[in-house]
Amino acid sequence: MADFVSGFWNAYVMVLVFLSIGFVVFVLVSNTTKRPTGPVTLQDHVWDETLQEYNNPLPRWWMYMFWLTIVFSIGYLVLFPGFGDNQGKLGWSAAGQWEAEQKAAAEKYGPIFAKYRGMDLNAVAADKEANAMGQRLFLTYCAQCHGADAKGAKGFPNLTDNDWLYGGEPETIQTTILGGRQGMMPPFGPALGADGVKDVANYVRSLSGLAHDSLRAQRGKEIFAQNCVACHGPEGKGTPAIGAPNLTDKTWLYGSAEATIIETVTKGRTNRMPNFKEFLGEDKVHLLAAYVVSLSKNTAAPAEEKK
Amino acid sequence: MAQSKHDFIERKVGWLMLFTVLTVSVGGLVEIVPLFHMKSTTTPVEGLTPYDPVRLAGRDIYIREGCYNCHSQMIRPFRAETERYGHYSVAGEFVYDHPFQWGSKRTGPDLHRVGGRYSDQWHRIHLLNPRDVVPESNMPAFPWLDRPAKSDDIEAKMEALRKVGVPYSDEEIKGARKQLEGKTELEVLIAYLQGLGTALSAGKQVAAAPAAVAAAPAAEAAAEAAPAPAAPAPEKQ
Repeated sequence: MADFVSGFWNAYVMVLVFLSIGFVVFVLVSNTTKRPTGPVTLQDHVWDETLQEYNNPLPRWWMYMFWLTIVFSIGYLVLFPGFGDNQGKLGWSAAGQWEAEQKAAAEKYGPIFAKYRGMDLNAVAADKEANAMGQRLFLTYCAQCHGADAKGAKGFPNLTDNDWLYGGEPETIQTTILGGRQGMMPPFGPALGADGVKDVANYVRSLSGLAHDSLRAQRGKEIFAQNCVACHGPEGKGTPAIGAPNLTDKTWLYGSAEATIIETVTKGRTNRMPNFKEFLGEDKVHLLAAYVVSLSKNTAAPAEEKK
Repeated sequence: MAQSKHDFIERKVGWLMLFTVLTVSVGGLVEIVPLFHMKSTTTPVEGLTPYDPVRLAGRDIYIREGCYNCHSQMIRPFRAETERYGHYSVAGEFVYDHPFQWGSKRTGPDLHRVGGRYSDQWHRIHLLNPRDVVPESNMPAFPWLDRPAKSDDIEAKMEALRKVGVPYSDEEIKGARKQLEGKTELEVLIAYLQGLGTALSAGKQVAAAPAAVAAAPAAEAAAEAAPAPAAPAPEKQ
């Protein structure tokens, strides 16, 4: 796209292009019209004492190729943008080509997406073809955080274990992908002090039956009741509505070691699941959500074969 | 005759240099110089703002660590690229980049629209040791980034950028060092990455909002005039 600030630049390009092609034609013509006749002579320069060159004319087939390049360049400038702000007879543009590609893809894949879009997420999750598509999407857009096997990493949830921070209903998973999530545990280090943090960490370990100092856990229970129940609930079972994890189960996002829990309580934790609505669109997210649903379903009971 | 001209150019070094320079410069004169005089390459896209001091410092770390050797910042208008990375790059997004970081090789993925795609926490882990989140990654680790960012040259950098056309105000330059106080190199680099490529969609939303407000009364008027006003076509992703 040539949108010059003034007509001068348009003319500038045209004139230079015109002169360049003209000059090349001139050189070619001036070197071909008069072909030397008679015996081939030697050039009069000599290198390395005895090394000399014959002064042969350029072969004709070689000259014709030069002419072809000139014809090609003129043809190109007629058909494609390049000669100033001339758009070319074909009306080609990079953006136009991209739009055509998008349109062709929408025609080809649109019906497939539409078919699954109209199906319930559980039904899509049980569909083999949909799962294959979902897996491709997952590997492209999700594996960087959740891992190629969807088993997550420290701080990035495992999606195959049937344990959910925000709830495992298919629609909730879809909401998570579309809108993202902001997980935030505030730091309690300054408020509780090092000793208080250690006490509460021992209490948290006691909740899921891990080895702990019972005296510290006893003190930690009171601290927990004052500071932690608002999000994690009186029994430490968490609040899916705000993504506060259940502390009584065997699933740990950052780790269950005492030192890790102390770090979590002292400094807090912040992590974010980005939203994918604008980037991926609802069609793809529908397939992705169904694929994520299938991951934990299939580990529990193999989905029934279809077709 | 032709022989003697050839001989002349070949033996007079000054003339040979002059003619060589003339010949080689035609390409640049036709293909590069006019680009500085096009609206699409010199006008910032709606929503684009100059780098704030934190992102600017992060950008310099991006350059210092040679990220551009393996990562491009240029999404080409092919479906295969826009599906993976997002909307293709447009020239107006790079108006405040001196120099731009388009790169020419992708050992790692393109980063032009990486802004907002990952959490800050992910970037922190990934920069310190990429294998912690992407086991198959061959990106080098940058464990030394968790140290204070240099801030004593930020005013000079902004002054220099102002000379080449980035519209920083005096107040912005004066307050720059303060914004970098207590920031680590890791933090400023992540701030830079999180801002990459976000101007285009931010600008779209800004542009869409007043348009929607302006359209509302018009739509009401149209509804009175015609029973079924045509709904505006939804914008394509």
